[in-house]
Amino acid sequence: MLAFIAQRIGKAVVVLLAIVVLNFFLIRMAPGDPALVMAGEAGAGDKIFVTQLREKFGLDKPLPVQLYTYVKGIATFDLGFSFRQQMPVSKLILERFPATLLLTGTAFVISLGFGVLFGTLAARRAGGWTDTAITILALIFYATPLFWIALMAILLFSVAMDWLPSFGYETVGANYTGLAHVMDVGAHLIMPATTIGLFFMATYARMTRASMLEVKRLDFVKTARAKGLRDAVIQRRHVLRNALLPVVTLAGLQAGTLVGGAVLTETVFAWPGIGRLMYEALLQRDYNLLLGVFVVCSAMVLAFNLITDLIYRSVDPRIEFAA
Amino acid sequence: MKQFWRTMLRNPGGVIGLVILAIAIAVAVFGPLLFPTSPWRMVQRPFLPPFTMAGLPLGTDALGRDVMAGIIYGARVSLLVGLVSTLAALAVGIPVGAMAGYFGGRVGDALMRFTEFFQTVPSFALAIVLVAVLQPSIVSIVIAIAIVSWPPVARLVRGEVLSLRTREYVQAAVVTGQTNSWIIWREILPNALSPVIVLASLMVATAILLESSLSFLGLGDPNLMSWGYMVGAGRTVIRQAWWITVFPGIAILISVLALNLIGEGLNDALNPRLNKDGR
Amino acid sequence: MSDAAVTIRDLKLALPKGGDRAYAVDGVSFDLTAGKILCIVGESGSGKSMCAHALMGLLPDTVIAEAGEISFGGQNLLTLDEEAWIGLRGRRIAMVFQEPMTALNPLMRIGDQIAEMFEAHGLLTPKERMQKAISLLREVGLPDPERSVRAYPHQLSGGQRQRAMIAMALALEPAVLVADEPTTALDVTTQAQILKLIRDLQRRRNMAVMFITHDFGVVADIADRVVVLQHGKVVEQGAADDVLLRPQHPYTRALLAAVPKMQPPSRPAPSDRRKAVEVIGLEKTYVSDGGWFQPRRSVQAAKEVSFDIFQGETLGLVGESGSGKSSIARLIMRLVEPDRGTVRLGDTDLTRINGKALREQRRRIQMVFQDPFASLNPRRKVGNIITDGPIAHGIDATTARQRARELLGLVGLNESAMERFPHEFSGGQRQRIGIARALALDPEILVADEAVSALDVSVQAQVLNLLEDLKTRLGLSMLFITHDLRVAAQICDRIAVMQRGTIVELRPAAALFSAPEHPYTRELLAAVPGQIASSKAA
Repeated sequence: MLAFIAQRIGKAVVVLLAIVVLNFFLIRMAPGDPALVMAGEAGAGDKIFVTQLREKFGLDKPLPVQLYTYVKGIATFDLGFSFRQQMPVSKLILERFPATLLLTGTAFVISLGFGVLFGTLAARRAGGWTDTAITILALIFYATPLFWIALMAILLFSVAMDWLPSFGYETVGANYTGLAHVMDVGAHLIMPATTIGLFFMATYARMTRASMLEVKRLDFVKTARAKGLRDAVIQRRHVLRNALLPVVTLAGLQAGTLVGGAVLTETVFAWPGIGRLMYEALLQRDYNLLLGVFVVCSAMVLAFNLITDLIYRSVDPRIEFAA
Repeated sequence: MKQFWRTMLRNPGGVIGLVILAIAIAVAVFGPLLFPTSPWRMVQRPFLPPFTMAGLPLGTDALGRDVMAGIIYGARVSLLVGLVSTLAALAVGIPVGAMAGYFGGRVGDALMRFTEFFQTVPSFALAIVLVAVLQPSIVSIVIAIAIVSWPPVARLVRGEVLSLRTREYVQAAVVTGQTNSWIIWREILPNALSPVIVLASLMVATAILLESSLSFLGLGDPNLMSWGYMVGAGRTVIRQAWWITVFPGIAILISVLALNLIGEGLNDALNPRLNKDGR
Repeated sequence: MSDAAVTIRDLKLALPKGGDRAYAVDGVSFDLTAGKILCIVGESGSGKSMCAHALMGLLPDTVIAEAGEISFGGQNLLTLDEEAWIGLRGRRIAMVFQEPMTALNPLMRIGDQIAEMFEAHGLLTPKERMQKAISLLREVGLPDPERSVRAYPHQLSGGQRQRAMIAMALALEPAVLVADEPTTALDVTTQAQILKLIRDLQRRRNMAVMFITHDFGVVADIADRVVVLQHGKVVEQGAADDVLLRPQHPYTRALLAAVPKMQPPSRPAPSDRRKAVEVIGLEKTYVSDGGWFQPRRSVQAAKEVSFDIFQGETLGLVGESGSGKSSIARLIMRLVEPDRGTVRLGDTDLTRINGKALREQRRRIQMVFQDPFASLNPRRKVGNIITDGPIAHGIDATTARQRARELLGLVGLNESAMERFPHEFSGGQRQRIGIARALALDPEILVADEAVSALDVSVQAQVLNLLEDLKTRLGLSMLFITHDLRVAAQICDRIAVMQRGTIVELRPAAALFSAPEHPYTRELLAAVPGQIASSKAA
């Protein structure tokens, strides 16, 4: 199994490398002088900064040398400097990363947990009005743009009813500690996490429902009935376990979309994560920061894919690890 | 063909979807003819609430522009971007997938590695980066969406072609001496296309969502009024003027929902009914 | 004569409206007796499987028991509610299904699935359940029971999985065992072992067994009593010997007549010694991709295989699954590239040519495929399917269509088939279309790859006769591939027996059957079901 993990990490590194090379060429594709592009809108005004950049990245040297310098920089975690924010990009990202992790992690748990729950419910009462209701709701949430759900949530819970705070990570200036702090963050976390959660909940619910209905028709479920097992046991042990396999695969595939959803949600809720950082980079035309965040997002997705793949393989005995 | 339409029309969701889509297309095509005023023009005082003045049923936004006009003109952008980017993605994805599936071997492997790379990268983030770098315009948006959308097509087509390649009637075609291209075009692809058609309708839906999200973040074409842009513009004034964000959002929701419903209907209608007697 | 364990009287199972008939089972009556095996025989669609499901209360929701009764232990099973059924299932009445791979939960260990039987009825402690599971596996003859108990279904072979299923069914010592085609999906040698196992266990535990099958050979081997079903009605029933040797009903007689006999009919010695096909040293190894750290797994499908097919003869290629016979067919047709070896058609070396030259030569050797449902493109009309080949070889459309109409007549189908789609035809008819397609190119050699294996026995006999007839009329040579020795006996001049990629014996059919030389051939012949009965009938 270790050999398998090593192999997958190796592949992931290759992909990241390819992304970095892609970044390199993207910067060159933007209109204008690459040095000005990398300096960002703010930094482009500062002549000294631009000259520094030109030297550091060897922008007057031949292309292969530039590429090598750039890749070497990334490999040593030097993702460049953001003039506008006056901080190394890597430091910026590191600061904001935990918040995104918290948000996406919570959203993932909510969406998977409730998604499977509703999907199972719909499958159990297939054809009935519970099923129809769940299916229709799932269809609607699946079709709604994430940023709009976020705004509607704010409209409802912050503006109209004033139940929940509408932006930020914690109440500014309150300086809570301990449990009060956790509760405060939690209050700020609910809306953004549920917003993302609703969209994916719809996907998982529909997948679970379809999967359970399909597994129900398989022969071994008939065998289980022939043994005289009760329906509840059959549903749990035979149907659900097998039905969840494609859901795990789906979860893995959704990683990229989850990260994308974080960008939108963090922007709307001013949640201080790397998604919002990406938005700020967009506003400021700070390409270095933008691409740095892009690399980190990709790394997140790769890590997530590896984890789901491991989970899938450990759950399904038919798939072998490397010998 | 007749059988297809009959099954399609029996699905209530599919019918609703088709009706809504027809309305949306009608709005996109005829709307601007019936409402010739540019949506960018200021027509009244800002923040006019909806249903208060005749001729401005959905009110005005922060700059006094007609929200209704914005929605009508926005329909064009959304549908156009959705359609064109999906066609582009299909134009790339189908050949790549078909070749990878039919020829296999090293060619197939290389093509799949290439596809996998694009699929691992977070698609929305990549779209953002691409549009930002290429400077926002309707062309760059279409290109960006096409680039992030083609991998699932390739994977699907490859899977279908791979499974069909070993099907006995394909082997029969080989055995009776047909050429490779004949086999791909006449035996394999017609049978592989059903899931692709279903996927295509869902892709248009996703493309519309992507376009609106990009416009929301300010990456939309600055010359075109788009639903995402309207929601984004209304964000800061949501407390005073909820209608600026609500109505365009509903428009997006309904369009995407319609396409998803059509996709489901197509899925039911196109699923081959295998009459396996078994033994 | 012991009392009946289960009595079924006038059972009527109604199908949903709009089907091809109103009743799956229409007024069926028979008894199951303790210590005896009752075989229910019928072709597909006869309703035999429905009887089995009715006895377990596992009918699909759309099928309703409209009339009749099933008496067991003083109760009418048709009146029971789900709660009562749960108590019965597994405990008093147990079932074994046809496909062991899909009938077992792929995510649970074998031992756990057997232990579930006890758990379902609240018996024994977990430790005791596992002990019982091990002893049950030993009883059904699974090697190394302590280890097998921890195995997953995909890690066992087909025969082993079926043994595990039987162990599961017997766990609670039920009075009645329902077996729904339990050996149909198994190799003939494995089938023989499982049949013996079921017979032994049944005798030892004095169970009443309902055994569903379509194979009269199996019936001959294990049945005490026989019930013959046609379209949901009982056409004949009685003691095994009576039904098999002195059938009364015309349908039973027709079915028995259609069963291929083990005695090859006397065939004239082949006079033409010219070789239609020469196969020399064919080799093929399939390698599954390894990863960077994974070993590659290789399977040798063909090892130095050589044989000739003489002009006008039918050569049979017989073997079990994994023997390589299908691979040989595909190698000869160059659907798969051989690693080494030569295939000669007359004086053309098929293995050396490529591209256009290969396509042109292909018309000389054509194939009839196994699966009637997968061998015709569902989106093309039958007429096009047949004419595609000739048109690709330069024949003009009108001539090709004319020839197609003639061929359809030759295989016994109406000209109107030209404009119809494959799904409008039955399995047997589709095989005929496949034959017409193969003949459209005027080939010299016909390769039939398990061409009748997927057909009902009566249809099978018709298609076999058709092939024999066409072969003689058109002067073809044929390579006939099958796993069923009885079918090979009917139609082949010479037979080659394959085992694990090599030909172990190649002799004229009569000689092979009367005096087999290789031990594997003897094993295969001994395993063919129904020989005791045939010798009784002879």
